[in-house]
Amino acid sequence: MSQTTTVAAVARLLNVKVNGQPQSMPVGSTLAELVDALSLAPESIATAVNGEFIARHRRALQPLQTGDSVGFFQAIVGG
Amino acid sequence: MPTPSSNTSAPSAPFMLADVPLHSRFLLGTAGYPSPQVLGEAIAASGSQVVTLGLKRQFAQGPGDNGVIAMIRASGARLLPNTAGCRTAREAVALAQMARELLGTHWIKLEVVGDEHTLQPDPWELLTAAAQLVRDGFEVFPYCTDDLVSAQRLVDAGCRILMPWGAPIGSGQGLLNPWALRTLRARLPHTTLVVDAGIGAPSHAALAMELGYDAVLLNSAVAQANDPVAMARAFGLAIEAGRLGWCAGLLAPQDMAVASTPVGGRPFDI
Repeated sequence: MSQTTTVAAVARLLNVKVNGQPQSMPVGSTLAELVDALSLAPESIATAVNGEFIARHRRALQPLQTGDSVGFFQAIVGG
Repeated sequence: MPTPSSNTSAPSAPFMLADVPLHSRFLLGTAGYPSPQVLGEAIAASGSQVVTLGLKRQFAQGPGDNGVIAMIRASGARLLPNTAGCRTAREAVALAQMARELLGTHWIKLEVVGDEHTLQPDPWELLTAAAQLVRDGFEVFPYCTDDLVSAQRLVDAGCRILMPWGAPIGSGQGLLNPWALRTLRARLPHTTLVVDAGIGAPSHAALAMELGYDAVLLNSAVAQANDPVAMARAFGLAIEAGRLGWCAGLLAPQDMAVASTPVGGRPFDI
C-alpha cells in the first residue's frame, strides 16, 4: 500500500473513545452503528456522547465525530 | 405526638412513597454483598419493596454481572437507581436520564457529591439537578444533608421526598444530629422523609423512625454484616418497631423522676 493510499484510508476513519478506550469507525458513522459494530444489544446499554445522554431512539440520528467521548452505561448494584 | 405528615397515620396503613402504597418502610441497597444469592435472601428477609441500583460506564456482551441485576429485577422490588459518582448537576441529569431508559423507572435517587472525604452532597449542584429532573418528569429522591434551608429549597423545586443523611455514607455512625433531623421533620410535615446513609445498627434505624421519619434507606450495615440475611431481618424489625413506637406516641422526656406506681406516699407510717 502506498503512502498516499494509507493516508486516504486513515482519512476515511474517525477516532472516538468508548468508555475511555480508542475506537475507529468509518467517517459518517452514527452512534447506532457503533453499538452494532461492538455487537451490543441496543437495549442492554444506555449511551452518552460528550456527557450528553443520547436516547436509544436517537442513536441512529447521532453522527460521530473524531474526538467524541462515547459512554456506554449498564446497571450495577448500588446503595 | 405525630406531625401532620402525609405518612403519619395508623401503623397498619400503607406507606405511600411517591403515590405507591408499600407495606415496608425499609429501602435496601444492593452493593457489597458476599454473593448474589445472599443479596437475594437479604432482600427477602428485609421485606423491602424498594432496592437501589447504580449505573456504571461499562459494556459487557452478555450478562457480565453474574446475573445479579436480573435477580434483583426478579425479586419484585421496585428499582430506585442512583446517580452515585456524580460531582455536577450535568452529570447527574445525564445519568438519571440513562437510568430511566435502562431500567424503565422515573424514580431517581439523586446524588451529587461535593466533598471527596465525607461524600457530603453539594447543595447547589443538587438543587440545580433536582429542579431540572422534576421538570423532566422524574420523581426525585435527593440525598441531602440535614440542613433545613437546603431541604426547603429542594421541596420548593418540586421534590416530594427528601433523603437526609444520618452520617456520612458507609460510616455506620448512626444519627449524628438528631436535633437537625427532628427539626426537618417538624418543619417539613408534608414531605416524605427518609434517613439515608450512616446507619450502622438496627437501633439507629429505630431511632430514625421514632423521630417520625417515614422510612430508612441503608446498604452497608446489612451487606457487610457477618450474616447479612439475619441483619436484614433485624433492620426490618427495628424499622417496624420504631414506626409503631412513633405512631403510639412516645413518652416525653422529663428532667426529674416521675413515679409510675400509684402508691400515694410511703407504704408504712413508721
